[in-house]
Amino acid sequence: MSRPLSWAKANLFGSPASSLLTVLTLALLWQVVPPLVDWALIGASWGAGDPERCRAAGGACWTLLTERHRLMLFGVYPYDQHWRPALAVALFIALLAISANRRCWKPWLGGAWALAVMIFAALMWGGVLGLAPVETSQWGGLPLTLVIAVLAIAVAFPFSILLALGRRSGLPAIRAVSVGYIELVRGVPLVSVLFMASVMFPLFLPEGMTIDKVLRALVGMTLFTAAYLAEAVRGGLQAIPRGQFEAADALGLGYWRSMRLIILPQALRLVIPPIVNQFITCFKDTSLVTIVGLYDLLAASKAALNDPAWRPYFVEGYLAAALVYFCFCFFMSRYSQWLERDLRQGNR
Amino acid sequence: MIMQDPPIVELNGVNKWYGDFHVLKDIGLEVARGEKVVVCGPSGSGKSTMIRCINRLEEHQSGCIVVDGVELGDDLKAIEAIRRRVGMVFQSFNLFPHLTVLENLTLAPIRVAGMTPAEAADTAMALLERVRIPDQAAKYPGQLSGGQQQRVAIARALCLKPKVMLFDEPTSALDPEMVGEVLDVMTALASEGMTMICVTHEMAFARAVADTMVFMDEGRVVEVAKPALFFDHPANERTRRFLGKIIGH
Amino acid sequence: MASLWSNLRFRGLLYQVLVVGAVVALGGWLVHNTLVNLAARGIATGLGFLGREAGFDISESVIAFSPSDTYARALLVGLLNTLVVSGLGIVSATVLGTLIGVARLSGNWLVGRLSTVYIESIRNVPLLLQLFVWYGVVTSLPVARLALHPLPGVFLSNRGLVIPGLDWSQGWLPILDIPHLAGFNFVGGLTLSPEFAALLAGLTVYTAAFIAEIVRAGILAVPKGQTEAALSLGLSRGQILRLVILPQALRVIVPPLTSQYLNIAKNSPLAIAIGYPDLVAVSNTAINQTGQAVEGVALVMVVFLGISLALSALMNWYNKRVALVTR
Repeated sequence: MSRPLSWAKANLFGSPASSLLTVLTLALLWQVVPPLVDWALIGASWGAGDPERCRAAGGACWTLLTERHRLMLFGVYPYDQHWRPALAVALFIALLAISANRRCWKPWLGGAWALAVMIFAALMWGGVLGLAPVETSQWGGLPLTLVIAVLAIAVAFPFSILLALGRRSGLPAIRAVSVGYIELVRGVPLVSVLFMASVMFPLFLPEGMTIDKVLRALVGMTLFTAAYLAEAVRGGLQAIPRGQFEAADALGLGYWRSMRLIILPQALRLVIPPIVNQFITCFKDTSLVTIVGLYDLLAASKAALNDPAWRPYFVEGYLAAALVYFCFCFFMSRYSQWLERDLRQGNR
Repeated sequence: MIMQDPPIVELNGVNKWYGDFHVLKDIGLEVARGEKVVVCGPSGSGKSTMIRCINRLEEHQSGCIVVDGVELGDDLKAIEAIRRRVGMVFQSFNLFPHLTVLENLTLAPIRVAGMTPAEAADTAMALLERVRIPDQAAKYPGQLSGGQQQRVAIARALCLKPKVMLFDEPTSALDPEMVGEVLDVMTALASEGMTMICVTHEMAFARAVADTMVFMDEGRVVEVAKPALFFDHPANERTRRFLGKIIGH
Repeated sequence: MASLWSNLRFRGLLYQVLVVGAVVALGGWLVHNTLVNLAARGIATGLGFLGREAGFDISESVIAFSPSDTYARALLVGLLNTLVVSGLGIVSATVLGTLIGVARLSGNWLVGRLSTVYIESIRNVPLLLQLFVWYGVVTSLPVARLALHPLPGVFLSNRGLVIPGLDWSQGWLPILDIPHLAGFNFVGGLTLSPEFAALLAGLTVYTAAFIAEIVRAGILAVPKGQTEAALSLGLSRGQILRLVILPQALRVIVPPLTSQYLNIAKNSPLAIAIGYPDLVAVSNTAINQTGQAVEGVALVMVVFLGISLALSALMNWYNKRVALVTR
């Protein structure tokens, strides 16, 4: 028997039940795949044009993407300035790629990120170097999604370390405050937190002080993310053997020095994969700012479909947006899995 | 022995409870400068807890512990001062796995004693010579054998130039063939006049090195004696039974 | 002073007083600002609004509701809607997720591959986006007159999903109530609104992908020796799964499963984006009408905290039982 045949026998027709399953699945695929190919490729409408063109073609309307992709990616940012958000996004993606490399985990990477955020702000806001100023209310699309996700994680991280240390502290009041915060936030839906941020923050501030809408959403995301990150960090702290704490104590290092020099360097190494996973969640969750009226990637895609003439082709539009989210999240989750294995093997 | 100096470590009426469980009952112990004390006893007798009280890894609830003239209490300055003067070696080494051997040794001198890195590195290398592994300085603890790790741990504890060394079952986690190298280092240390308090079951080492044997059972100091007397004519029935079991095999 | 500062207990106390003081001060400052702002805008405070007439209608409800009912009743309607969609979502996501998780482990290559594709593609796309797609799909179905009719008594149209229901009104024996088209709409049966159907589909499909991974990990956590031992005792594959693997796998599965159940409840407020009147949606309407954002948001948070606590208490109890039985 040839190799492919014996493979099929083992993996597709191993038992009567398995054979039945294979046949049923093949039948289902036969029902689904040809029409799908027909829709997506053969009958699809490609290239520039108007909705009429899509109706004539009958299949998928990729014309929608040709016509509207810039609105989807950059929202209502001034059309002739789109190179700025494009450059800002490219900068973030490049830096994400660099950060994935373990050899680059040096102090300068933090500085690079700080610089990148500043360049991002300069590009998006303008008002410097002869760039026309653009209000945050006009920011939208992928750059908004990226900046909220990145900043939420970055700002939440130090806060989450304090929360995690607080939760493991021997001082009861500090432990109570940390546990209270973490459990309160984790028990509440993100939508509520974002509503609170968008509706209640203006009430929280002294009269006359206003807070930018994007900043409100960012603060909401940060407060929310911090509670989940704190649990990840706590997991890392718990994995450190008690002997490490005792050895540090016996050397007379004191609480903060032993945390900074001995415990956190080991614990944080362990929690890098969970932090990457939290970043993925945060990236996906950023789509919820749609609900409080920001034009992130999802809202911008939705807005691009608002035109009644294009609305019938919502599947194509959302598929494209989904693909962008998928690419980011899928690669990051693969990376996190690889990293987890790599760190475990390389653990000296 | 006539003692002119006050004892360097003195425990007086020390009691400790874990919840309802009375772990240390009225412990009294005096250790003179340069004295080598070996503490033994069945597991759960409180011997580890006792020496962990001396550098305040555990808190005692009543009684008083004085180390080198400083009384141990709630005062952080006193605790810091005592921890600088007391080195400790653990059963499970507790080296810092994310630091190299050299970094493990220089950490406290730089951060606690305020030495310059160069000075600290010199001291550390000298100590590594003393425990006979100078060539491993750049390695990480995970790359060393258990015996080597424990020798590094001894060197680390010596880095702050302590006046007293505590050993908490330093050979119990080692493979049998590595016990010797660690005991050799400890014997050498003893011959240099270091004050040592060792919790250990290595009775041959105890007989050779100890000035004083302490036997503990159920949270009490049951017997304190010179090794010759202790091993050959134990006064207490419980000591006799314990020695019978431990030397019997 | 210096010696007091170096006292361990004093310093611990000081830290605690400082932290609690800072938290209280921050809270007080926020409350003060809020009160000033509310007064400046002429917005009332307190829960008094709950007793007033709501004045808006709610599109679907499991209990009777009219615009003349109170805000409290409106919020109760919202809460019940949240509970219904979460409860059904939990059941259907568990069933679908378990099937996919087991399918991924099956020896059948084709089925395993398809499950992997499902899990990866669903997990890596935001739930809200998926909800928009589901809602778009449901609302672009044909009108009632041309409804899809995949099974007898089941109709799919832009009015939602209509399925046979049980009619208890004719005495103590229920009568199967099969829907039929009358004019432009259906009569009889159970109707799931497009919003409800889209939300339920979205929550189910999304969460099932996570549950599938949990189930798979749980089954893989059972040592292979267990299967071999059971095989050598002559048990069949089905018996092994039911009697040997599952009871052990459940111990690994239950804790992460709990957090997925909580996630369903906490994701259900995304309903607001497609117009299903859950608790958050109703409270938002109330907030818009009364301006009492603080009370509205606080009520929602309290309710969700309650749901979270109740679910985790239930799961802890179950977890304990499972652990005892298998040990």
